[in-house]
This record gives sequence, structure tokens and C-alpha cells, in this order.
Amino acid sequence: MAKTHVTTTINGEPTEFLCDASQTMLDVLRDQLGLTGSKEGCGSGDCGACSIMLDDRLICSCLMLAVEAEGKKVETIEGMAHGEQLHPLQKKFVEFAALQCGICTPGFLVASKALLAKNPNPTETEVRFWLAGNLCRCTGYDKIVRAVMEVAAEMRETAR
Amino acid sequence: MNDIRYSAPHTIDEAVGALLAAKGTGRILAGGTDLLVQMKAGMALPGAIIDVKNIVEMSAIEDKGGGAFRVGAAVSGARIGEHAALKKAWPGVVEAINLIGSKQIQGRASPGGNLCNASPAADSVPALIAAGAIVAVHGPNGRREVAVEKIQIGPGKTSLQPGEIVVSFSLPARPAGSSDAYLRLIPRTEMDIAVVGCGVSLTMKDGVCTAARVGLGAVAPTVMLVEAAGAALVGSKLDAEALEKAAAACRAVCKPINDKRGTIVYRTKIAGVLLKRVAAIAAERAGGR
Repeated sequence: MAKTHVTTTINGEPTEFLCDASQTMLDVLRDQLGLTGSKEGCGSGDCGACSIMLDDRLICSCLMLAVEAEGKKVETIEGMAHGEQLHPLQKKFVEFAALQCGICTPGFLVASKALLAKNPNPTETEVRFWLAGNLCRCTGYDKIVRAVMEVAAEMRETAR
Repeated sequence: MNDIRYSAPHTIDEAVGALLAAKGTGRILAGGTDLLVQMKAGMALPGAIIDVKNIVEMSAIEDKGGGAFRVGAAVSGARIGEHAALKKAWPGVVEAINLIGSKQIQGRASPGGNLCNASPAADSVPALIAAGAIVAVHGPNGRREVAVEKIQIGPGKTSLQPGEIVVSFSLPARPAGSSDAYLRLIPRTEMDIAVVGCGVSLTMKDGVCTAARVGLGAVAPTVMLVEAAGAALVGSKLDAEALEKAAAACRAVCKPINDKRGTIVYRTKIAGVLLKRVAAIAAERAGGR
């Protein structure tokens, strides 16, 4: 069957690809575009390791068809750092050791950035609920939550 | 998952045409949070996927004034949760929709999908039933309107005819002193399937309940309208006796399954407990207690 030609924007770059209607966005990101930062944990929307932004909305790329990217704005973990300059959340995750094996980390970072864009002053409860769709089997979540809270505080301070 | 024909039409008639042309193998794609999971599990093998998010009517929230709204069936939970006027007018409907899955799922999942997936435990449906939502259904013979409680007919089964698509939900205007609420019981604090879900919409006037509707989920093959529970509340001050009568009406209609999430006895008992709590929240919001 003929492949579909998709024109989209990924991390600010105009991007084109060919895909089957059955392929997920995650498949295309990883296998065709070489953007392997988004991970496949469960493939069913439970773990959040494949989190991306689609038109400024946090979603699981495993539950999106690649053909749906037509005309949309896609942002992945690869767009988070500017060259060697890490995003404050990335720096804080390193500083607080908010990761061990690292498989969940891209998803947590994308989801945390989405939270702070919407709510610059979240309570711990709000952080925990927002990140409930991201599973981590290493850290016990505490370091992740503290890192997000700390970055939120620093970003508020910078914005003053 | 090969050889799927994907289309993203801009009109509802084109979508109906594509669905009919697929001869029973077509699936509607809104958020895809059920469909893609089913495809991966081999439970759904669609020959055609019809993405309805380009259809304006299905992707819009329309404020019709006086608390009346028309919500497109494909609007995401996240957008619904951000709509301040809708949230103010129908807090129970919005909180029910926003309980579906994580933030990532909310970015895509829609009330139309939640209804048409036809899970007995669908969180949005008890609240939509309590609200008296009317569903606009478009098919080969044009448009029809149907009460939301008539769509589900069994687990995974709907009353939709070949080529029919749920387009939108209409929430009616309500008198002052009205509000609604939804609660579900789950074994965790977040992201799980309801053991029981209960929605109540009511109107309070001078401390007396003048109208009430109750929707009950996860205790029967479909989400149900419990008319007797609503009737038990009307005319009362939501005193203990009226609440117990309504709770008994909820327990009476329960035909739940035994599973790892809850036994028949437990689900039945919880149905009554939730009814009382939800009615109290709705009344508090209505300012009538």
C-alpha cells in the first residue's frame, strides 16, 4: 500500500517523512528520523516514556499515528537543550540525581516542562498528579519531584 | 497493522461516507487512546481509520448561554478542562472527563471516544447521563438526537447504526441553584479504572431539591440512568432519609461483575455510598445546603 507523505515541524525544523497509516509517531521518530530520545516503555499510554508535545499539548507519541503529524508542531526531548546548554530541568535532574537507568527521564523532562509552562508555581501534590502518567521504577519519584519543585522556584526567581 | 486506509475529512458527511465505504471495518479516530491500544493488542484490525479532528463541529466547544453548551465529541479532555465557563457551569461533567487517564491521555482523549468505546466504567458517561446530555448522531440518513444513556448497549457495544458517528454533546441550560458532581472509587489515588462511578446533577431551591438525575457506572454492562435515585432526592432537603432512599435505589439496579477490582457485594455497597457523597458535593456547589 502506498505510503503517506507527511509534512510537519519537529523541534522547529520543517520535516517531511513517508509512513504507513499504521505507524505511530513514536515509531517514525525513533526508526525513521533517528530521534531516539523518546522511549517505548509500554506502548499503551501507561508509562509516559514516549511523551512529546503536539501543538503545545503533552501527549504519548505511542498513541498517536504518524500521519496525524501533518501540519502540526511536534516537540521532542531532542529540542529541549540548546546545543550544549541544558534546560534548567535537565541540569537539576543531573544535580539531584533524579534518574538512575534513564529510560523514563526524557518523558519526565518533557512532561515537567509542560507543567511549568502551564503552572509556574505548582504544589508538590500538583507536581505528583501531573507526573502520574510517567512511571519510574528506579528513583521512587522523590528526587524527580524535588527537582521539578526546585526548578520552578528558580524560574520564578529569575522571572522577578 | 498493515494496509489501513487513513483519511482526515473536513466535513461530517465525508466522514460518514468513508465509514460506510469501509463496510464495517472502519474506525473513528479522535484521541486514539483506546483505538491504538486495541490495534496494538490485535483486538482491532481496522481497514480504514477516519480521523474526525478536522471536522470543526466535532472539535469545538460552543457556549449557548444560560449554562447550555455544545461540546464536540472529539474535543480533548485537556481543552475541556481549560474552558472556564464550561467548568463553572458543569463542574461534574468536566471533572469526570478530566479523570480519564494521565495528563498525556488528557491531551488526546475525548468524551465521544469515551462514550463510544462503551466501557461500563467510562468515567465521563455517568456525569453526562446525570447532566441529561443529548448526543447528536450523524449518519447516512442525516442527523438524529438521542439521550446519552441510549448509546451504550453492552460492554464495547453501542446502538450506533452502520455509518453513524457521534458528533457532539448538548448540555442543557439549568435554573439557578443547579450544579453537578462526579466521583469514582478506585484502589489507587490516580489513573485507574472505576470500581464504581457516580454522577449527580441537581437543582436546589430554598434548601429543597427540585430536580435530580443520577448516572451510575461500572456496576452493570452499561452505564445507567437511575431514575428512582433522582426521584428519591426530589422534594427533599437531601436529609439522611432521602439520601438513604436514593442510595437504596442505586444499590437495587446494580448487576456488577466480580473481578480483581471489586466483588459484587463491595461494588453494590459502594454505589450507595458514592451516591450520598456525590449528591452532597453537587448540593454544596449549587449553594443549596
